[in-house]
Amino acid sequence: MAESADIAKDATPPTATPEYLVGPGHDFASVTEKISSIVLQRKTPWGWFVGFAVGFALLQGLLVAMAFLLFKGIGVWGVTIPIGWGMDIINFVWWIGIGHAGTLISAILLLLRQGWRTSINRFAEAMTLFAVACASFYPVFHTGRPWLAYWLFPYPNTMGLWPNFRSPLIWDVFAVSTYATVSAMFWFVGLIPDFATLRDRARSKPWKIAYGILAMGWRGSARHWHNYDTAYLLLAGLATPLVISVHTVVSFDFAIGIIPGWHATIFPPYFVAGAIYAGFAMVLTIAIPLRKFYGLEDFITMKHLENMAKVMLATGLIVAYGYMMEAFMAWYSANSYERFMIWNRMTGPYWKMYWALILCNVVAPNTLWIKNLRTSVPYLFVISLVVSVGMWLERFVIIVTSLHRDFLPSSWGMYSGTFFDWSAFIGTLGLFVTLLFLFVRFLPAISIFEMRTILPGAEPQEGRR
Amino acid sequence: MTRPGLYGLMAEFSDPTEVVAAARKVHEAGYRKIDAFSPYPLEALTEALGLHHSRLPLLVLLGGVTGLVAGYGLEYWASVIEYPMNIGGKPFHSWPAFIPPAFETTILFAALTAVLGMLALNGLPEPYHPVFNVPTFALATKDRFFICIEASDPKFDPDRTWSFLLSLGPRVVSEVEQ
Repeated sequence: MAESADIAKDATPPTATPEYLVGPGHDFASVTEKISSIVLQRKTPWGWFVGFAVGFALLQGLLVAMAFLLFKGIGVWGVTIPIGWGMDIINFVWWIGIGHAGTLISAILLLLRQGWRTSINRFAEAMTLFAVACASFYPVFHTGRPWLAYWLFPYPNTMGLWPNFRSPLIWDVFAVSTYATVSAMFWFVGLIPDFATLRDRARSKPWKIAYGILAMGWRGSARHWHNYDTAYLLLAGLATPLVISVHTVVSFDFAIGIIPGWHATIFPPYFVAGAIYAGFAMVLTIAIPLRKFYGLEDFITMKHLENMAKVMLATGLIVAYGYMMEAFMAWYSANSYERFMIWNRMTGPYWKMYWALILCNVVAPNTLWIKNLRTSVPYLFVISLVVSVGMWLERFVIIVTSLHRDFLPSSWGMYSGTFFDWSAFIGTLGLFVTLLFLFVRFLPAISIFEMRTILPGAEPQEGRR
Repeated sequence: MTRPGLYGLMAEFSDPTEVVAAARKVHEAGYRKIDAFSPYPLEALTEALGLHHSRLPLLVLLGGVTGLVAGYGLEYWASVIEYPMNIGGKPFHSWPAFIPPAFETTILFAALTAVLGMLALNGLPEPYHPVFNVPTFALATKDRFFICIEASDPKFDPDRTWSFLLSLGPRVVSEVEQ
């Protein structure tokens, strides 16, 4: 710890931690007790069963949509020429984007030494994994023959074929599969010391064995912590450029194409900012009910919620800048197709979508400048849902309005999602909710060992560096 | 000398400041086959035990370089040598287009090395370890700190080490069975 931090600690009374990241009166034992009891309690609260049942019921939508798609082919979706990419890609980008906040919180804020990330990083990382799982359905099923999706990977085969590495879609395969792998490893490594805590505290034999296997014999040795800390920091350092590269590559899916409305150099930063924006909205959507129902207000404090609101505001402004630049460049380029594209977006058949998007993504988050609104929990919950809708609309606008009227009026068309598009989307929402409920029940939703490090008195007092 | 079946002696502390001070004294007294246990990472404790370097960063660098060479090599080999295809008139060796996948394989190999390397250097998974025989050791994952001096240390003597550990002011000193 830096010297300044020690001075700050001395100046505050022992019961209050700096900046109120933890409620007063907590020590190592009470933090351990509080978080692990959510997992180890014998009786599951009835509210959990209700939430899980809702998620699991929605998940059946995915089963219906994907089973029928396998039976009939992707014609059951609304995609057709000229809109060959519809809700499948909209949802893919939406889910991947949501995942990015988890990596941002766990990796980038760790490198920036933002102590407030500690109580939200675990479930944000879980959210990342589940969002990537939801996202992966769409491109795999959009291949039409998902049982051959492994053809996307380079492997020696009897056909003598190799993928075309000049295609952004192959870059996507590399980016998303690496992202899923690294996120899963980062999450698991973070969980190892907490698995050990659960192993040592579980009362029933089967759970002791299960958590014991997952903890892999972790015993909190100083030698182990030394390598562990190094590995954790290195992973954070690797995940940071990775998360930026993933949405950059996702934006290349569009930006490499020559379609007006896609072919823009602003896409990578604009997509990355949008991803973080959408992701923080989802973190708030999950954090607010989680802290309420499990009584975690001492760990996920107002300070956390307000910081997340500020990140949402900042990234929302970057996204708004992206929208402005799209319009400006269309005008400034003096390219008639670009000008038509933006005019068609604002006043064409999908004008409602465009203006709803501006309302959700530009107007709504700007209310977070007001401190009273930023610190109102119900308001933040509503705003987080509004932003999630707005980011979905953004992808709809980018994908559909760019494709539906391109260079030749003879190839113009319209798009709308079918029943199977919607049931697949609702189904992945169900998958996400189901996985989240299972996660909260069986794994510690807040990192216990990292919470211990931010308690007062966690650092030795002699002030030796 | 040491009776067979004795792995070492374990002192238990309830405060991070105490355990760091004690660990420093243990190291200064010349004991080297020592370890300390804490419920969260304590940089000062690692330093007090005289541990400074981890080989992990070097391994991760090597992993990353391997990933870069493997990824780019695969792209070059597949697109130029094994399966050259004219796609939109682009050169077979389209190096700018090869950057994203090579970047991803660099990260993937480095991250895999970081995780597997950390587990390997720590000797995990390790289902059995003698320190778990100490009844209160389960608290090492909650709110207690421990220092263990192994019986195989050349300076170890059951009686003198015992009284030395007691002089450090622990809650309790216990024998660790093999």
